[in-house]
Amino acid sequence: MAQVLKKIFIKLIWVGVVFFGITVISFWVIHLAPGSPTDLQTTLNPEAGLEARAQLEKLYGLDQPLHIQYGKWLNRLVHLDFGQSMSGDHRPVWDKIRERLPLTFGMNVASMILTLLIAVPIGVTAAWWRGGTFDKVSTVIVFIGFAMPGFWLALLLMLWLGIQWPILPISGLTSLGYDAMSPMEKIWDITKHLILPVFIYTSGSWAGMSRFMRSSMLEVLRQDYIMTARAKGLPSHVVLFKHALRNALMPVITILGLSVPSLIGGSVIIESIFALPGLGQLFYQAVMSRDYPLIMGSLVLGAVLTLAGNLLADVGYGLADPRIRTGQGRER
Amino acid sequence: MKRKPLKRPSPWARHALLVLGGLIVGLMSLGAIFAPWIAPFDPEFINVNVLLQPPSTTHLMGTDALGRDVFSRILFGGRVSLWVGFVAVGIATSIGLVLGLVAGYFGRLVDEIIMRGVDVMLCFPSFFLILAVIAFLEPSLTNIMVVIGLTGWMGVARLVRAETLTIRERDYVLAARAAGAGPGRIIFRHILPNAVAPVLVSATLGVAGAILTESALSFLGLGVQPPDASWGNMLLEGKEVLGIAWWLSVFPGLAILFTVLGYNLLGESLRDLLDPRLKQ
Repeated sequence: MAQVLKKIFIKLIWVGVVFFGITVISFWVIHLAPGSPTDLQTTLNPEAGLEARAQLEKLYGLDQPLHIQYGKWLNRLVHLDFGQSMSGDHRPVWDKIRERLPLTFGMNVASMILTLLIAVPIGVTAAWWRGGTFDKVSTVIVFIGFAMPGFWLALLLMLWLGIQWPILPISGLTSLGYDAMSPMEKIWDITKHLILPVFIYTSGSWAGMSRFMRSSMLEVLRQDYIMTARAKGLPSHVVLFKHALRNALMPVITILGLSVPSLIGGSVIIESIFALPGLGQLFYQAVMSRDYPLIMGSLVLGAVLTLAGNLLADVGYGLADPRIRTGQGRER
Repeated sequence: MKRKPLKRPSPWARHALLVLGGLIVGLMSLGAIFAPWIAPFDPEFINVNVLLQPPSTTHLMGTDALGRDVFSRILFGGRVSLWVGFVAVGIATSIGLVLGLVAGYFGRLVDEIIMRGVDVMLCFPSFFLILAVIAFLEPSLTNIMVVIGLTGWMGVARLVRAETLTIRERDYVLAARAAGAGPGRIIFRHILPNAVAPVLVSATLGVAGAILTESALSFLGLGVQPPDASWGNMLLEGKEVLGIAWWLSVFPGLAILFTVLGYNLLGESLRDLLDPRLKQ
């Protein structure tokens, strides 16, 4: 037990170090890049001179050395204050992020579940009957799915299901008459708007995941305990579900945790195509207006979600694999 | 229940995929390299008489909203993809190779520092960072290639480190060391050549990834800037006229799909051929 606690302790320290590293790199890269948030409000405005610019920089604290700016930013962050947006409305960054978080988070979770529901059966079936017709056909489809650019698939589906045969809305989160709808109609309206985006999210991950599931399953099927289980005459469904699948699912948990950064990245493109008011869209706007506090806030949030994903994966791993829980077995 | 014995795909099947991948990649590369000679029209020539024409014998893939020939623009866009793929992967592979060799060979603290750095980079929401940097530095082909390269070396570093760890223990390395060879000579003469195969595989797959990232950036308007053609910014233009000109959205996407598919097929079948663990 003491060993487990020690492991958790080391892991938590490590998470802190990674988080610190990410904020340092992000802060430096973003602030050292040429251009400044004051550009939009000064150079584009003929009435604002150099003096006004200096005033603005002072207001935002941009005239101070970088390490002092970072120190101040970090100090605020410790108090859970992400600062204020530098764009027109000057609202707190956290408020802007919070109102958009549920949509992006919800879509990601939905697509993760959908990905597992598609990828696990495909991978397992392909591995179990390796070299069979299903394996061959699914491999071809997986390769095509792997090469498919998500935004292109989105365009094709919009063309097909939104314009030529309009059964799904292709833009925004709600329809025009949303306010007048009954609660049930509202839920259905939002669901309809989210079908295509969630589908596109899933299209970006199911292929890799099922490929991964297949090779993980093949690896397990090669193990001695599978041969033992078969040799003692257990029915194949017991071997498959009890011995093989459980062990093969474990690496998948890790991959799921590691896929968080790409899901977050994907939200920028998907939300911009479907005009959804989520985090990706917010980040895109922040980048375009050089809203430093908002960019840093989004990057920090992305890092936190990623680290949380990794931690959850580790915990899930520990729960699923007794060798890790008891501190025996291979060194990780 | 009867099960068929585990059957490995015949060598021919694997070679078939290799050939197919090679054919696609070769064809796309030739089209890109010889674009100025193959293209029937100047890709930037604006012709107001043929706005948004559907595919025909003159304009194989139709024309866009400015009357430019889509087929010619796709050929020239292929140059962007090819260029981005190779330069970005070149940068990423060089960084990963050096760090992986150093980490694997010297071990201990050096290894610890480099590999923890890899972990930090892997936790980065890298597309966010790429987007921010590109937007700040002015979108241009050079910036895209460099940034994609700088954020894509972690896989190679891990791979090369793992290879180095095993090669380092081989007898021929011991022999070289006994003969008085220094670390530099051992790393570059004895370890590097033996770690080339997996790096080649990961670089091939990396080209596919870089092409996808570039097209996504261009699609967001943060990549190659008009009037230069890239498959991503052609799709962005196609999106504006989605309902009236399907060919503007379909053909550039097909070009991306085929090219990425080609590199993936090539990489995966190379892996099967080169990876001794799968040959048993």
